[in-house]
Amino acid sequence: MLRNSLRVIIIAALGWILFQVYSGYSSRDELNELAGYYATEGLSEVGAANLVTSVVVTYRGLDTLGEVTILFLTALIIGLMLKAEHRGDRTRLRESSEFLVTASHVLLPVIFMVGVYIFINGHLTPGGGFQGGAILASTLILMLLSFTNSKISHKVLEITESVSGISFIVLGILGVILAGGFLDNKILPLGEFGKLFSAGAIPVIYSFIGLKVGAELSTIILEFNQIQGTDDKSL
Amino acid sequence: MIYSIIVLILSLIMLVMALVAIHHKSLQIAVIASGIISLFASVVYIFLAAPDVAITEASIGSALTVIIFFYVLNKIRHSDAKE
Amino acid sequence: MTNLFSIEYITIFTSFALLVLGLWGIISQKNIFKIIISFSIVNTSIHLLLVSLAYIRNRTAPIIDSAVDRVNAAEKVVDPVPHALVLTAIVIGIGITALMLSYAFTMYKQHKTLDINQYKSLKW
Repeated sequence: MLRNSLRVIIIAALGWILFQVYSGYSSRDELNELAGYYATEGLSEVGAANLVTSVVVTYRGLDTLGEVTILFLTALIIGLMLKAEHRGDRTRLRESSEFLVTASHVLLPVIFMVGVYIFINGHLTPGGGFQGGAILASTLILMLLSFTNSKISHKVLEITESVSGISFIVLGILGVILAGGFLDNKILPLGEFGKLFSAGAIPVIYSFIGLKVGAELSTIILEFNQIQGTDDKSL
Repeated sequence: MIYSIIVLILSLIMLVMALVAIHHKSLQIAVIASGIISLFASVVYIFLAAPDVAITEASIGSALTVIIFFYVLNKIRHSDAKE
Repeated sequence: MTNLFSIEYITIFTSFALLVLGLWGIISQKNIFKIIISFSIVNTSIHLLLVSLAYIRNRTAPIIDSAVDRVNAAEKVVDPVPHALVLTAIVIGIGITALMLSYAFTMYKQHKTLDINQYKSLKW
């Protein structure tokens, strides 16, 4: 009883503080100095039509590198935690329905192409490496749902992940040698504004980010999928 | 004005879904309700002029998270049924 | 009063309410699964708050196309920096959720229950 009333008091106090913050908020009507710089100078400096992309890949590229590292570590730890599950005998799962199998034959290449399109055009349209990578990972979900007993090898995902990760860092170091700094996109010519081959190295870097994020999310999903098939005696 | 009304309706649904997610007995329904919160949040992001965030939230927050929840839930329910 | 009815005020209020609800779920629920779901609700509410703070009325998305000309882009677009921040945060969010789920599953395997009051090995 005491605990319950304590909880209610804590939540009520938090709600009161947040309400004070809310009632004191006034919306702003212009960008601050930093965002204004990104919006005006960023166009000639970076050359990407999508300002979010120019912030994510170039101005805050180091954050993106750290973020991809966090995702990699997460996939690693999840693999470690769930590794004990893989030992049991694999039971045969129920076959999927005819509709799902036929539809996924048609849909899989289309969804894969949409994912690739989204991360290649990340500097022109909304989208980019993270979104494209997530869509590639959802292709894997559809594959696992429709072809239940096929084996998907970890090797391909591992190779994709390591190759794209290393290329990402090599492109960053090339930026230090050939241009202004780490992950500078001017190692390739900036090109004409608004075309596919523009904005220097941004499409290349974002494609590698997309492949890496896709491979990491796929690894996480595959780890969770593999606990399904095992017939664990300890449970 | 019409945008504000749409956003208001979406926000109300999100709040109701949050209550369902926290207080419903069935775990499946709770997981689906949290997926619906993410899905409607991604619609709200469009009104807030953030299409990049909307795509990310729709594909990650409401698809991949729910799938991972269901993988674990399925395994737990299986072993509950065996006992 | 018309001010309070504009989009960003509604969404900031929603995100605060979701934050309070999620924290209530975290401290009041006994089921570890429910706690993880509450964490993901708090996650969504923080993203909503950051995107609402970036919003400026009567402006469009931070993408230069026919709607926004290059010369006075700073007067036409919303703030792109919180968008980039939230983009990163969402992807990390799924990693954290998956990590919590794998821990929860391991706990379930050892204790055969989802009730956190039964996890005696965590207390000292």
